[in-house]
Amino acid sequence: MAQSTFLDANELVLNMGPQHPSTHGVLRVILKLDGETVTGTECVIGYLHRGVEKIAENRTYIQFAPYVDRMDYVAAVSNGLGYCLAIEKLLNIEAPPRAQAVRVILTELNRITSHLLWLGTHALDIGAITPVFYCFRDREEALKIFENYCGARLTTHAFRIGGLQYEVYDGFEQEVRAFCDMFIPKVDEYEELLTNNRIWVNRLKGVGVLSGEECKEYGVTGPVLRASGVKWDLRKAQPYSGYEQYDFEIPTAQNGDTYDRYTVRMEEMRQSVRIMRQAVDKIPSGPIMAKMSKVVKPPVGEAYVSIEAPKGELGYYVVSDNSTQPYRVRVRPPSFVNLQALDRMVRGGLIADVVAIIGTLDIVLGEVDR
Amino acid sequence: MVKLLKTIFLWDLLQGLWVTFRNQNPKYICTEQYPSERPKVAERYRGAPRLNINPENGETLCIACNLCALACPENLIVVGSARNEETRRKELSYFTYDTSRCMFCGLCEDACPVDALELTQDFELASYTRDGAIWDRQMLEEGPKPSKYLS
Repeated sequence: MAQSTFLDANELVLNMGPQHPSTHGVLRVILKLDGETVTGTECVIGYLHRGVEKIAENRTYIQFAPYVDRMDYVAAVSNGLGYCLAIEKLLNIEAPPRAQAVRVILTELNRITSHLLWLGTHALDIGAITPVFYCFRDREEALKIFENYCGARLTTHAFRIGGLQYEVYDGFEQEVRAFCDMFIPKVDEYEELLTNNRIWVNRLKGVGVLSGEECKEYGVTGPVLRASGVKWDLRKAQPYSGYEQYDFEIPTAQNGDTYDRYTVRMEEMRQSVRIMRQAVDKIPSGPIMAKMSKVVKPPVGEAYVSIEAPKGELGYYVVSDNSTQPYRVRVRPPSFVNLQALDRMVRGGLIADVVAIIGTLDIVLGEVDR
Repeated sequence: MVKLLKTIFLWDLLQGLWVTFRNQNPKYICTEQYPSERPKVAERYRGAPRLNINPENGETLCIACNLCALACPENLIVVGSARNEETRRKELSYFTYDTSRCMFCGLCEDACPVDALELTQDFELASYTRDGAIWDRQMLEEGPKPSKYLS
């Protein structure tokens, strides 16, 4: 067969990213196209690699805590919680009940801010410009609570190993309650804007379908898994930080398409408010820091702790060699694992669907590349 | 029938437009006119560092214990101390703080046993050059000087 020229080829290779506005950061996707149909993709990651896992080996356990916030920077509180829980497991201590309640409130608040940022940017990718303004407006209220609590809005460094550094400020409970009351009507408002909107429905229904079996094969977790009908939430499956005390539902959907992932996340925000309401009503009194030595020096051993971050299962695997610095820290980031399902989801779809699917996976490149 | 009418009269789009119309209400406006209207940051805000001095006699509160330098993940604090032969006490001789590498995690502030080092509410640290990013003792004690804008 004669060597084919590009004129004969019916496959077109198109580069999307890393500076594409809808790849949510510095993701580069090499698309193989047949006309407008995507026949294959290749993800190029690593543009935001900072070597966080290696940095951990040169920092003490306490010093590394601010770095984990910078992996998934829109859900920094969840990252901090996962890291603190892993070290606490190594040290064989548990945070006091008061610290656990405050941790739950802040992580659920963080889940809402993460989902709001996802909703705004995802809608923006699809072409609905208005929701992003409303989402950021309401996210601001949650960020104000973070700022008042720990002094930072995004990279919060809110939790410390063994509990909390900061006692809640005066009016924390009232502010959280006010946020809960304010937020539920806002979710209804977003739903009013999007749920029945015919453009939104037509762009999302049946796009990027991932069945429950495929999700399990890929190791996909979080709302993407739950939208495929698998009722799996680590807050229920292996409760941590006192989640077993709270009454909430795991929202699921059946079709596993982009629209279902949207409905699951919207419902998750409502459930987060529900958890926050229960937690804020019964914050126990008592100490906020467990009894532990100032120098964190865990015994030789290893620990793996995974939590339900807004994007899925976030795991920390820490190996200790009885020194003040970890021997190895390995992070199991949800975005990184979810991203590998991208190829399966976009295959056979259109280019416009690629934008929708990257949006619906809710990836944060800081976490993918670490 | 109802569904058909809703489709024909673009009911879903009108529903969305009604939301945006409702949100035109001036009470929902939340834009901050930043340079002329300065935001009030939280009391615990972690911003520019400051080395506190005793307001009564103007001496530094820092006891040169070096704990902040040890706590810092980026090793950006350098504390120099010298022994005062008269009082036979360790005194602070120099103190530098590299704000260009600081990530404002607040660990130095937590480590300080005498509340000398503090992260203040000043947030305007952006500059056009890297010169002057390493703050010396004098600059840390004077504290940040917030920029003034003509309004």
